[in-house]
Amino acid sequence: MAALTPAGPMAPVTPPAIAAGPGGRAGRPRRIRVWRGVVLLVAAVYFLVPLIASFTFTVKDASKGFTLDAYGQILSAEGFGKSLLLSLGLGVATIVVVLLLTLPAMLAVRLSVPKLKPVLEILCTLPLVVPPITFVAGITTILQWGPDHLADTPFFQTIIAAQNPDFPVVLVLAYVILALPFVYRALDAGLGALDARTLVEAARNLGASWPHLLFRVIVPNLRSALASASFLTLALVLGEFTIASLLHYQTFPVWIYTISGSQAQVSVAVSVFSLLITWLLLLVLSSAGARQRSGS
Amino acid sequence: MTVQSPVHTAPAAAGGGSRPKKSKSWLATVPLLAFVVLVFGVPLVIILGGTFTREGTLSAANVTDSLQGAYLTALLGSVKLSALVAVVGALLGTFLAQAVVTSRFRLLREAVLTASGVLSNFGGIPLAFAWIATLGNSGVVTSALGLDSAGWSLYNFWGLTLVYLYFSIPLMVVVVVPALDGLRPQWREAAQNNGANTWQYWRHVGIPVLTPTLLGGVVLLFGGAFAAYATAAAMVGGTVPLVTLQIANALSGNVLIGHENVALALSLDMIVVAGLVMAVYLPLQRRSARWLR
Repeated sequence: MAALTPAGPMAPVTPPAIAAGPGGRAGRPRRIRVWRGVVLLVAAVYFLVPLIASFTFTVKDASKGFTLDAYGQILSAEGFGKSLLLSLGLGVATIVVVLLLTLPAMLAVRLSVPKLKPVLEILCTLPLVVPPITFVAGITTILQWGPDHLADTPFFQTIIAAQNPDFPVVLVLAYVILALPFVYRALDAGLGALDARTLVEAARNLGASWPHLLFRVIVPNLRSALASASFLTLALVLGEFTIASLLHYQTFPVWIYTISGSQAQVSVAVSVFSLLITWLLLLVLSSAGARQRSGS
Repeated sequence: MTVQSPVHTAPAAAGGGSRPKKSKSWLATVPLLAFVVLVFGVPLVIILGGTFTREGTLSAANVTDSLQGAYLTALLGSVKLSALVAVVGALLGTFLAQAVVTSRFRLLREAVLTASGVLSNFGGIPLAFAWIATLGNSGVVTSALGLDSAGWSLYNFWGLTLVYLYFSIPLMVVVVVPALDGLRPQWREAAQNNGANTWQYWRHVGIPVLTPTLLGGVVLLFGGAFAAYATAAAMVGGTVPLVTLQIANALSGNVLIGHENVALALSLDMIVVAGLVMAVYLPLQRRSARWLR
């Protein structure tokens, strides 16, 4: 979570700027080429060795030499399916809630109340300043304080229901806040590239209702921004450890941590596996973005 | 929390009268604003309130406690680690980005950019485990090179720095590549035509244009390392003093009776530090946007 960045996975989505001019400069000094080779080599070693070593760690076996058992054990490990499903469910719920909250608000701000834009921007950026661990400190305090003071009110039932271990709504609420800065930036970029006013006026003149307009006109045009917002949110939720572990929910990252004590190889195998999945998702996303660009 | 008062008044003002036809459209922002105020604002108020309360009475004792002894060491340790990671990560990331941007191989560029996008998000538990499998006590590289007998340990300040750089350098690459692309070849040609050498070009044109982006990157890297908890928790447990570990510790009940709110005071300390550093970032971002369009 630490490094989840607004610019991060979006970089491949933005059009790759034309490889700048230096190619045109003739007679590049040999010194520079050597320097560049060294930088790239050191970077390759630093970034590839942990990946290769992790993989080696998972397939190495004292007696058999090479084995893929650790990967086979992932599926049968206790709690794997349950925690993964929980994390995926939380991810989907978070995506739905965050998009339903942000999209209408950002559209309204862009179309008719531009005065609110700075307010929205600041509110949606603030979660970046507040580290998740401090956020969870506030949440736990509320969850402990609530039952003591609200026992006779309807809030009490709400607080209990939000902590249902089968589907902790409280985590969805927290993740929506964590995802806001990234979703805001993705959608803001998408809306900026779109002539929303013309689209809306054209659709309204042709008699489209607001829901029809939103889902049949705006959403299809924002496909790639929505995809990148959803991907960022999903990646965030699937990797989030701090809040889930301190509130004692067994989400996927918490599960990996729990099994590491008894099954070190399996936990490293899951780590490698989760990186591969992230990589695949990102490739799918960036190629979808590229296709849409070339189409338009 | 002061920013929240305009939230309630502004919609009314904006929707008030000047645009009778669309006077209801600000309502679409209400769910989002209400959600943020409730889910984000209330915990912040609780942190603030709890920090200045001890055993039911108003007191600054929590703040005092959070700024001395082991807590102060942890806070300083976090700041030191994050600052080191931010500066080193920004430097190395910029060098790597420059090497990639000036390369003629398109494929290399695409590969590095995609890899950076992925690796900059590679944090938390999986990152810690990948490094433990590599350079931990029984890691692959550790045993292959016999580092354990040479006294190597990953579970200290420098080990954490090494691991944090693994997501910080790619993050810097992602941040700085658009800026490097924005350095127009014409500027370089103009400088060369005026007799400038490479050093002079960078000193008077390149670095000044890039400075806001570079500083912004440093701030972003600092924030990422400062807030990181999962990696440190999985790697070092309590051996390296970090404020995030102390907060988690205090939240799990490892504090003196009646001193539970020290966790909230530490949280407030963190928010203040992160807020001060981030406050540098936003104006810088606007400035660099002016040149790099």
